[in-house]
Amino acid sequence: MHHTAILFLEFGAVLLGLGVLGALALRGGISPIPLYLIAGLAFGTGGVLPLATSEEFISVGAELGVVLLLLTLGLEYNADELVTSLTSNARAGIVDLVLNAAPGAIIALLLDWGPVAAVAMAGVTYATSSGITAKVLSDLGWIGNRETPTVLSLLVFEDLTMAVYLPILTTMLAGLSLVSGAISVGIALLTVSVVLVVALRFGRFIEAFVSSPNSEVLLLKVVGLALLVAGLAQQLQVSAAVGAFLVGIALSGELAEDAQALLAPLRDLFAAVFFVFFGFQTDPAKILPVAGLAALLALVSMITKLLTGMYAAKRAGIARAGQARAGIALIPRGEFNIVIAGLAVGAGAHPDLGALAAAYVLILAAFGPLAAKAVQPLITAIAKRA
Amino acid sequence: MEVEQTALPGIGLRHDFTTRKGQRVGIVSHRTGRRDLVIYDKEDPDAVCHTVKLNDEEADTLAELLGAPRIVQRLNQLHEQVEGLVSVQLPISADSPYVGRPMGDARVRTRTSASIVAVVRGGKVVASPGPDFVFTGGDVVVVVGSEDTTAEVAGILAEG
Repeated sequence: MHHTAILFLEFGAVLLGLGVLGALALRGGISPIPLYLIAGLAFGTGGVLPLATSEEFISVGAELGVVLLLLTLGLEYNADELVTSLTSNARAGIVDLVLNAAPGAIIALLLDWGPVAAVAMAGVTYATSSGITAKVLSDLGWIGNRETPTVLSLLVFEDLTMAVYLPILTTMLAGLSLVSGAISVGIALLTVSVVLVVALRFGRFIEAFVSSPNSEVLLLKVVGLALLVAGLAQQLQVSAAVGAFLVGIALSGELAEDAQALLAPLRDLFAAVFFVFFGFQTDPAKILPVAGLAALLALVSMITKLLTGMYAAKRAGIARAGQARAGIALIPRGEFNIVIAGLAVGAGAHPDLGALAAAYVLILAAFGPLAAKAVQPLITAIAKRA
Repeated sequence: MEVEQTALPGIGLRHDFTTRKGQRVGIVSHRTGRRDLVIYDKEDPDAVCHTVKLNDEEADTLAELLGAPRIVQRLNQLHEQVEGLVSVQLPISADSPYVGRPMGDARVRTRTSASIVAVVRGGKVVASPGPDFVFTGGDVVVVVGSEDTTAEVAGILAEG
């Protein structure tokens, strides 16, 4: 068969399969991410139905998925919100970081995977999935709740931390020497700060350049700018993902909302491809041996997120039931944990890291929203008793 | 009344307040334009027990329904606040000396310092009629002035 024909057949089958899985997830009220990962496991190396031809195409698609995921994440918040969150919620944010990075880092050190893997695993257990959490809040009617601003500002803080964390991780993964590593982390942090300052002070100039009443022009300009900056960032060893994220932050207001709406379908497509690709790279045979460990890690980090949410909500003067809700809303992990693990796997970290991260996210992306739904009556009971 | 405003990063804004009877209500304004009317639980004051999702049109309708009577009420209050100012409606009877004569002949403003602001004829309102406006029987004249001056106008229109 012709190469293009096979490519289309394989890619089409993958997308169609994802669509069917997505429909299933929707019916079950869970995030489709775990199902995408399972699909990737089935189609990838050592899977039931390994795809040969389209793997290269899908890997490029996956890279685009990461860029688009981070671009839209950056668009979600404007620079003002980031700075406000940094100044008013720093303490809760730091508790979040310490409590939730620790389980991943400790497990990697216990397994003797080395310091770089420990930093990567710290990121895997740290970041809450803002996408899944937002959906949980909306599905359960928690958006208007008084603890919700606390939850959201923790998510904003996590994103800001990511902007600093990702360049450090990429540098460490690149295995540079201490000096050149320090220099490139320095460059990364400098770039992040410059972009934040530029976005705060001169955001409207960038917006004036990008904005267009025509949605086609706007889409091309935003994606083009994001890819350009992503490429530049990659070249500077700052990670393409960070570059795209910063472009997202620099754009704000109505423009950001328009761009977000335009990019959403594109992001959904390529992000799905990214999750499948991550599954591809993970050998399903390796999942089973780490499943117990992943379950333990999931349990521990559920507890640490719960404590984080409760602490932050308590500081905001929220009562017991609301504290519990804040903790539960923070449990889901998803896209960024996989992005981090993907970076580590791509750079040749310990082979089991991918499998562990996949199993871990499978559990928490699926279980997080379900847990929230399941404990809703329990929380009501707590509130009634209090 | 104190309305609390809270930013919801990535979502929008929330405004809420407590009614005199102790019920907390709020509005979540999504960036997408969606509005949620949220009612808080009395037992768990942090939690929303009911959310009414409204699109642009529905939110406008709700605002109108709640707002319209309030506007009338406020106008009335405004009227009361300008002390001593009254507006009266005076009919022109068929035997009035000014039937068939222009309004300028009555020299109402000069003689009483009250103002004719409108004339209602056959269900239609003629706002700010000029001195050339000719009265007919059955017209209703709207006069704004003090208690005394408007009474004087009534006398003029009836007897000349």
